Amino acid sequence: MDIFLQQIINGLVLGSIYALVALGYTMVYGILGLINFAHGEVVMIGALTALTVVKLLAGSGLPGPVIALIGLMAAAPVCMAIGYGIEKIAYRPLRKAPRLAPLITAIGVSIVLQNLAMMVWGRSYHSFPAVLPAEAHEVLGATFTDLQVIIVLVAAGMMAGLLLLINRTRLGRAMRATAENPAIAQLMGVNVNHIISLTFVIGSALAAVAGLMVSANYSIAHYYMGFILGLKAFTAAVLGGIGNLAGAMIGGILLGLIESLGAGYIGDITGGFLGSHYQDVFAFFVLILVLVFRPSGLVGEKVAERA
Amino acid sequence: MSERPILLEASDVAKHFGGVKALRGVSLTIREGEIYGLIGPNGAGKTTFFNCLTGLYVPNGGRIVFAGAELDTSAPHKVAARGIARTFQNIRLFAHMTALENVMVGRHQRTRAGVFGAIFRTPGTRAEEAAIQRRAEELLHYVGIADRAHDLAKHLSYGDQRRLEIARALATEPRLLALDEPAAGMNASETGELRTLIEGIRKDGITVLLIEHDVKLVMGLCDRVAVLDYGEKICEDVPAVVQKDPRVITAYLGAEAQPAGSEVAHG
Amino acid sequence: MSWNDLKHDRRVLWAGYAAIGIVLAVLPFLVGAGLGNAWLRILNFAMLYIMLALGLNIVVGFAGLLDLGYIAFYAVGAYLYALLASPHFGLHWPVWAILPLGAVVAGGAGALLGAPTLRLRGDYLAIVTLGFGEIIRIFMNNLNAPVNITNGPQGISSIDPFHVGGVTLAKPLSVLGVTVPSLHAYYYLFLLLALVIIFVTIRLEDSRIGRAWVAIREDEIAAKACGINVRNIKLLAFSMGATFGGVAGGLFASFQGFVSPESFGLMESIMVLCMVVLGGMGHIPGVILGGILLTILPEAFRHAAVPLQKYAFGKVVVDPESLRMLLFGLALIAVMLYRPAGLWPSATRKRELQGGSK
Repeated sequence: MDIFLQQIINGLVLGSIYALVALGYTMVYGILGLINFAHGEVVMIGALTALTVVKLLAGSGLPGPVIALIGLMAAAPVCMAIGYGIEKIAYRPLRKAPRLAPLITAIGVSIVLQNLAMMVWGRSYHSFPAVLPAEAHEVLGATFTDLQVIIVLVAAGMMAGLLLLINRTRLGRAMRATAENPAIAQLMGVNVNHIISLTFVIGSALAAVAGLMVSANYSIAHYYMGFILGLKAFTAAVLGGIGNLAGAMIGGILLGLIESLGAGYIGDITGGFLGSHYQDVFAFFVLILVLVFRPSGLVGEKVAERA
Repeated sequence: MSERPILLEASDVAKHFGGVKALRGVSLTIREGEIYGLIGPNGAGKTTFFNCLTGLYVPNGGRIVFAGAELDTSAPHKVAARGIARTFQNIRLFAHMTALENVMVGRHQRTRAGVFGAIFRTPGTRAEEAAIQRRAEELLHYVGIADRAHDLAKHLSYGDQRRLEIARALATEPRLLALDEPAAGMNASETGELRTLIEGIRKDGITVLLIEHDVKLVMGLCDRVAVLDYGEKICEDVPAVVQKDPRVITAYLGAEAQPAGSEVAHG
Repeated sequence: MSWNDLKHDRRVLWAGYAAIGIVLAVLPFLVGAGLGNAWLRILNFAMLYIMLALGLNIVVGFAGLLDLGYIAFYAVGAYLYALLASPHFGLHWPVWAILPLGAVVAGGAGALLGAPTLRLRGDYLAIVTLGFGEIIRIFMNNLNAPVNITNGPQGISSIDPFHVGGVTLAKPLSVLGVTVPSLHAYYYLFLLLALVIIFVTIRLEDSRIGRAWVAIREDEIAAKACGINVRNIKLLAFSMGATFGGVAGGLFASFQGFVSPESFGLMESIMVLCMVVLGGMGHIPGVILGGILLTILPEAFRHAAVPLQKYAFGKVVVDPESLRMLLFGLALIAVMLYRPAGLWPSATRKRELQGGSK
């Protein structure tokens, strides 16, 4: 029972991070219908920028949470600028191009960002200074830290804020209109280019938050972390039904839970034949099952058969 | 006409989308060699019936007997194999293939060459390939666009695209050709040519099922007409009778019955 | 006489083929002597990548199915060869048995992995194939315990070189008095198989099957209505593409003498996809060009990275490895921005871009 609870806690934390990153994928997909392959790298840049600032300030005597906040304040504009630039350079000129062309430029951007990061931060792993409260609490035999609580709460707050923004504001209405039909939205006076840029900027801000969280949680960051994280988050977005905000959140949490429960129990299930290093298999396996039996994702309804 | 043998008999074909009953048990009988019109206001279920008939939708009920045997509508290619070909309301051509290639694809079902034959280009494959091309050229000529054979389908004019779609459907060797609003968007002279083409197709022994909004065309061309409204067949008879049926007039013009003209306009 | 007339003159055509043939025949000696053996190895890899790119082109370019896990079939071919011809299990099967077996097994795997994805479209298909690719890689990485099948991350080494009868390509060959070094011999072998695969692809494209693939890409519903059994034709595309991958994988294992999961990551799948798209999707010469360019370009950048920096700054400022990948990434972006349909698109694609669409 304690293992179960422990894995649920770990899964929730991991899932919150996935969900934040997945939102970036799903927002862009909802509006442009393309996979922003470079989004994972934005998370990585956010993580490393925040980590660098936090490291600089770690000995300054400022309270830990303030340092982390300053780190985030530094990382967010960097990520937002990169997100804005990616759209402007790699996607906007290709809006009417064959469908795979933007996928290739996205891969190109991804490679560029990764290697820029490698030039700036080197190949080594950077450890995240312990500025955030990491006291462990014990409940029913499972432990969790303050940091984990903060991660889940902040992620929930960000998601609630985003939902409010999308559903309750003028800007959100314009975004929904653009996602529904860009041409009509344009006719109704929505500046579609502006909205698309903004979508990338918002997604990148969430990525910065996620970057800080993931590096603080695992106390580590490096130039290659964006790739697999992005892949998982995209998986989460598809799992929930890509293009659907609530879907991305549910998909993220679910994927986090599946992964950590899978890692915790796979040994028992297979009689020790497969070990916890098959964690990633679980994520993909579930994804494939969901898509095969429910191709529009768990929450997605949009995909209708045309005839 | 009614002494001709029955080619297709649909009984109680029903299709629901969630709570919407698009087809509420439609039955109709098409006889060999006739041109059978299917008309009705927008949303009456005409295209839904087509999609059920050709295997794009799985009907919720009913059965269809074609040429004396139950029609398996579980997959479109099985329907095509039985000898039912169709065109689409919003033309669906293979845009980046040439007109000739489009028609050649239509021969797929009636030819056999596999991977082995393709790679080694066996004499059998070569003969088959030549026959496919010959037949495709004939069909392009038949519908009157032989001179556009090597143009990409997307570069053809609207009327020519409609003809190409018919040629492609004919390439599957159908016994029943189902045309979904072939005259939509055509001007008067194009419609006249289309009419000649459809009559020619019938003369060559192919039964035609026609969905059309151009009532003048339907009334002039069809041997019998069925009218759908709200997913139900409200009338089925020769054009002269259908035209005067009060239910049809009401369906088309709404409850506030206006004077019925022979031209029932539709958007 | 215009260029077009020249192109259609049979004698000119044959002269052209002869010239290409001679160039291809002496190429390894030129490259080996002029640029060294490292480049000769790269040339050999270019041949393997051409095979892979042409295989993926059937799936992505012809049938329009976005596959991000294609490298898995390369892995299947490579591991099959490694398991059946190395000291790992003590098996040393002959090449003529393993390579066809690899093709068949990979083809079967292609159909098997393709089957559940048949209903999926576009990006969903991409992510599921990506998942399959990763699953296969993760299994290769971990199937060393409790039963050691793949030897895990260490991979399998000492794989038998390509050998038929008593002739092995591992040692210099003597053919008609000319000594052909091992690398050169592999070059000719790979060239031969690449030519076979090019031939097969050309034949398939211009056939009933090829037309059906393109028809599905263009409009799946219309293709169904034309009587095409879309399920079978899609599976055939997956399977054919995978077959090429399996053959290339077996050759890779024999050439390299070593396989490990690292060679079959997602980045490799993406590389092959880039070759197809960047070259010109669905257009065989374009895909071949893409395969050659994307094999050579990163290597050229690697070799240029150090001297270039020394020239510019007098010393090595940034890691040459990341500089070369940076340049590669920028090249990918630039090419796509200026040639969205690829470097060498098919004539119909070009016409479409020039003629402007509706």
